[in-house]
Amino acid sequence: MKYSKALSILMLTVLLVSACAPKAAPFECPDAIGCVDIAPDEPIHIAYMQPLTGAAVVYGESLEGAIKVAAADRDGKLLGHDILLKGEDSGCSAEGGEAAARKVASDPTIVGVIGTTCSSAMTAAMATISEAGLTIISQANTSPKLTNPNETWMPGYFRTAHNDLFQGAVAARFAYTELGARTAAAIHDGDPYTEGLARAFYDSFIDLGGEGVAFEAVNKGDTDMRPVLTTVAANPPDILYFPIFEPEGNFIAAQSVEVPGLEDTILFGADGLTVSTFAPSTGDGCLGMYLSGPYLTGTEAQVFLTRYQQINGELPPGPFGEHGYDAINILMDAIEKVAVKEDDGTLHIGRQALRDAVEDTEDFDGITGTLDCGPKALRPGVEFRGDCATGEALAIFQVDADWIASEDVYQMGVHPPVVWTP
Amino acid sequence: MRGEVRKGMRQQFLERFSWIDLFLWVLRIGVIVIIVWGSIRSLAAGKYSATAWLSLVIAGLAQGSIYALIALGYTLIYGVLLMINFAHGEVYMAGAFTSTIVAEALARYGYAERYPIPMIGLLLVVSMVVSAVVAVLLERIAYRPLRGAPRLVPLITAIGASFALQYIFRGLFGSAFHTYPEFGRMWGQLKVGGTTIQVVQVVVLVAAVVMMAGLYFFVERTKTGKSLRAVSEDKEIAALMGIDVDRVIAITFAIGGLLAGAAGVCRGLYQPQGIWFYMGFFPGLKAFTAAVLGGIGSIQGAMLGGLFLGIFESVGPNLFLEGLGIPAAYQLKDVIAFTMLVLVLMFRPQGIMGERLAEKKA
Repeated sequence: MKYSKALSILMLTVLLVSACAPKAAPFECPDAIGCVDIAPDEPIHIAYMQPLTGAAVVYGESLEGAIKVAAADRDGKLLGHDILLKGEDSGCSAEGGEAAARKVASDPTIVGVIGTTCSSAMTAAMATISEAGLTIISQANTSPKLTNPNETWMPGYFRTAHNDLFQGAVAARFAYTELGARTAAAIHDGDPYTEGLARAFYDSFIDLGGEGVAFEAVNKGDTDMRPVLTTVAANPPDILYFPIFEPEGNFIAAQSVEVPGLEDTILFGADGLTVSTFAPSTGDGCLGMYLSGPYLTGTEAQVFLTRYQQINGELPPGPFGEHGYDAINILMDAIEKVAVKEDDGTLHIGRQALRDAVEDTEDFDGITGTLDCGPKALRPGVEFRGDCATGEALAIFQVDADWIASEDVYQMGVHPPVVWTP
Repeated sequence: MRGEVRKGMRQQFLERFSWIDLFLWVLRIGVIVIIVWGSIRSLAAGKYSATAWLSLVIAGLAQGSIYALIALGYTLIYGVLLMINFAHGEVYMAGAFTSTIVAEALARYGYAERYPIPMIGLLLVVSMVVSAVVAVLLERIAYRPLRGAPRLVPLITAIGASFALQYIFRGLFGSAFHTYPEFGRMWGQLKVGGTTIQVVQVVVLVAAVVMMAGLYFFVERTKTGKSLRAVSEDKEIAALMGIDVDRVIAITFAIGGLLAGAAGVCRGLYQPQGIWFYMGFFPGLKAFTAAVLGGIGSIQGAMLGGLFLGIFESVGPNLFLEGLGIPAAYQLKDVIAFTMLVLVLMFRPQGIMGERLAEKKA
């Protein structure tokens, strides 16, 4: 009896004391979507969705290295908090993108995401990421549909890689004005990136005054391209643009030599084939062919590469690392702009405010060029949202014997010689 | 009974009639009409000359030969064990991949340029041996313990074995694409009927036919072949007759592996690029389709099925679909191939050369 009485008096006292303690005014999030709250000792969590395994792993590794450089530039800290970079494997497929997106969307501590590499992964991930209120900046997606609000685009998506409408137009302009081609054929493989790029090239070529004679497609996993090349050879074009990946691109380049009718056709690929294993495997079949792809000039890019090598021990094994560096810097600058910092160091980052800040980014001095993430009318009547890049960082390369013989993994500076820039 | 009237033809027909039969007949006729209509329009459009069609057919035959060699493995194993060895595509990959690695290792010595024929012989031996070993190990580890299990269990095991083999090879050799040495190019071209074909296409076709003939001879004329036929007829009785069933089954898998290894080298000659750990998946699937198309369990059927499938894939899009105005018809070549399979099975469920399975086997 005495015990319980003493206990209840003790409990009452504790309750009264705690009730009378001074309360901190709770932070009310003014944001339309919600806020990410980061305690004083917690890191700012930036995730990345990249191909960490599979054929496209060189892109993922380049991105990982690039964001490490960006974090190191700020001594690993943003607004007094550590920067935490954690990745999910999106592969280069819709299934991978969907799986990675679900993992990222279910983590409420993630402020922003850098990803994906492949447009096919992003197409599947778009809804999940956007509905979770996240801001995602892609360093390598180029499919035009991803920034078209009438197609796949949803709020929160941005990219620092060029829209393929630019790349297709650049390639078509090169073919028409520099090579003097008047008929063209295009082959894609059903992937959103390749189909978008092939279509952009084809349409631009026709707009310039050329004639499109064949728009064909193959499947990923096909090995015998002779039938589709025979179809193209029925009406031999001056240019055959096939912006696809290995090994289908290798088969086309190798087997085009064997199909009668294609002797005078110029082969033209894109950045899917600007990899070190392409040319040695096709041998002479690809000698003299052209490739379109990202290209950076300027001292800033060189400085970045030196820093990359210092921090990661090697040069980037694949392209788009530079675009990833710009992407995470845009994200981190936007976080700095919109974060509300309390006296004790707690951060509150509004999700919609972050998206707006990224979209308001203009005249951003990146190593891939001057970036502006606002809406752009890239096609009459359609306002594209989320494209930060223009067609500056592109070039046309030509495969020569030295590049065929080189066995170095793709490195900036060890791509085929540039023959033309827009 | 006295009162029973002999049924007239009309009444018999009405009794056997069912709506499903009607639907199937409508479907069959519908597909045939589409195919014929598409073909007529394609040929009438005249976009491709006769020589173009010829080169398409020959490309189809060459690709089909590779499918046929793999299909022979499927059909043998089905005949003996009544199971579909879904890991057979990986058996093919094992041989092709290993011989590619060997070829790349020897490339620095330049043997491929100096002694091409012995080099091909060496790669053939390596590929066939590796595939046979993988096949026999597969049987020992994955299928033999499940000999008495319900039929679904070995099927799932086969799929699991397929994944396991893919990733074992990925772990061993990495996930990059490898390339065979360029033998095919050295044999040059041949002018046939107005068009130019590659000699390597003829080589692949002839090799497949020779190997099928050899297999047929083996199965029909030798003692081991006889025991193989006995085991496929009835395992228990064959065991009672004194045949070592386990040994015969292992031999069957080994032969299937040898043929798949040869298919791997043919693929390397015909399409040197794109050799990687995943290369066996689609050809395995297509070869299984080819085996079913030709009549699973029959050796000639597998050969015919493979060749037909190759031709459908190569000629089909241009012949059937372009005439119907479908753009980028090549994307649908797999649709055509599998639709032809369905069509053949609709009219002839046992496949082109198959025999109707006995009640016991089914």
